[in-house]
Amino acid sequence: MIRYIVKRLLLMIPVILGVTWLIFTIMYFTPGDPARIILGTDASEAEIAALQEDLGLNDGYVVRFVRYVKQVFIDFDMGESYINGRNVGEEIGLRFPYTFRVAAISVVIAVLIGLPLGIVAAVNQFTWKDNAAMMAALVGISMPGFWVGLMLSLAFALRLGWLPATGIGGPQYYILPCLSIGLSGCASIARQTRSGMLEVIRQDYVVTARAKGQVEWKVIYWHALMNALIPIITQVGTMFGIQLGGAMIAETVFSIPGIGTYMVSGIKNRDYPAIQGSVLYVAVIFGIIMLVVDLLYAFVDPRIRAQYQSRKARPKKAAAEGGK
Amino acid sequence: MARKTAKKGKGAPANAGKKESMLALTWKQLIRNKMAVAGLILIGVMAILAILAPVIAPYAYDKQDLYHTFLGPCREHWFGTDNLGRDIFSRILYGARYSLSIGIAAVAMSLVAGVSLGALCGFYGGKLDMILMRVLDVFQSIPGMLMAIAVSATLGPGLRNCIIALSISSVPGYARMMRASMLNIRDMEYVEAARSVNARDGRIIFRHMIPNAMAPTIVQATMGVATAILVAASLSFIGLGVQPPAPEWGAMLADGRNYIRDFPHLVMFPGIAIMLAVLSLNMLGDGLRDALDPRLKN
Repeated sequence: MIRYIVKRLLLMIPVILGVTWLIFTIMYFTPGDPARIILGTDASEAEIAALQEDLGLNDGYVVRFVRYVKQVFIDFDMGESYINGRNVGEEIGLRFPYTFRVAAISVVIAVLIGLPLGIVAAVNQFTWKDNAAMMAALVGISMPGFWVGLMLSLAFALRLGWLPATGIGGPQYYILPCLSIGLSGCASIARQTRSGMLEVIRQDYVVTARAKGQVEWKVIYWHALMNALIPIITQVGTMFGIQLGGAMIAETVFSIPGIGTYMVSGIKNRDYPAIQGSVLYVAVIFGIIMLVVDLLYAFVDPRIRAQYQSRKARPKKAAAEGGK
Repeated sequence: MARKTAKKGKGAPANAGKKESMLALTWKQLIRNKMAVAGLILIGVMAILAILAPVIAPYAYDKQDLYHTFLGPCREHWFGTDNLGRDIFSRILYGARYSLSIGIAAVAMSLVAGVSLGALCGFYGGKLDMILMRVLDVFQSIPGMLMAIAVSATLGPGLRNCIIALSISSVPGYARMMRASMLNIRDMEYVEAARSVNARDGRIIFRHMIPNAMAPTIVQATMGVATAILVAASLSFIGLGVQPPAPEWGAMLADGRNYIRDFPHLVMFPGIAIMLAVLSLNMLGDGLRDALDPRLKN
């Protein structure tokens, strides 16, 4: 198990390097001169040239890339923002708690609504309950998240005045953004749950459980749901990973000082170090969350646990599945 | 519904003298599904409205009328007017052209790239497969939305660049899916048969294998158009996609957002338009999946 974790973490290194290269290249070709942006419109040409030299913008592609990689991976320094001169790593650290709270709460909301909805739909397949739940879920995934956010803030903040519309403060500030992300997320979780449950609900072991006289809720929640959990975990994990990377649109709509707004403003201002740093952060977080998801599989499914323990028995199959 | 299709056999009708083509079978399955038909009709109507926008729209999309700004829905202006007195109904009709063509073009581009990459990887395997898949891993470890934002920041705003940005971020998904289905059918008898008559690799891949491996990709592509429309709207919402005064739905939302407190109809109607377009495509995609996936037939 530990060997597996170490192996996966080592495998992340080339991916992270690749992401660094990719985003560096994209930024390299982005038009717009940071020196001009930093100094504003009334700077003289000489000042701009001096700053360009200072930031190392005149060096070639390879030189700049190697310098950046060395700076990040050897000195563990993501550089300073062009706009406000603050260290990117520290800035991300400061913003992380907001993004983390929003991500965690909205995933919890999504699971709390989505999972029961999916189970009810699957258990009552082809009845009005199923149709209603799935229609609601379909509408849910079809609405743009930021529009849901706008409508919620129109209703609850501007019209009813129950909740603050934007910014961050006490717990009440989290309700609207988390609700708007959670509502979009719960729809896809409900759909995944339903199709996962439908696949297992006619399996022999479910019939057996019923035949031995097991009470119905235990059949559903223990025998069926546990076996349908793997794709649901993947879905929830992916959602959590993406949200931890910063809900760019929702954070912009509700002006939350999280990583999403940092990225959007970085992109608008051509703040290369900020963009590169935050994309790198997203890639690392996403890789770790996906690893945790894979480990959770083993926790949920004894068959997968057994695979980790006796890897020698069928190394080829495990490798093929890992590569998918 | 025709009487022939009303027969509720298990799976395909076994007694239909001549073997029906996959396409005909899928179509029959599809039109039996009420949701899918509703989605198909809805998206069809939207497409017709978009094409006929210059004929139907009561006003030009950029015609300003500063004496009649912020009108609520009324007889002259069905959906009201915006801050410059432009007719929102006309703008939404023209906006359908942007959203639908962005969605379709972006998916078409990423389909071509993704399917060919995936097919090559699945067919040849080996080192090429290894390397390409690792490259796609890198692309996929950046969330699609972020990728689209970064690429469109590089290329600059505009319709064409928006399409490119959207398609780049969805190539890996199609490639992966295609590769998986290619691996499934690589050892089928008809592939071996084609090989035994000395068909070239290109012919085997494009003529025999891709058509047989397309089913999951088609479903994915239908949903992909829906996603592309959503992401395109988000892009122009934060000011990176199609630029005002073009009547793109996301850009209209971004404009209207400043007036949401007093004139919510500026934000309401474009949002509903986005939702209907995406909803209809998702309904169609669901129906297609049920029709194409033999496991779910019962």
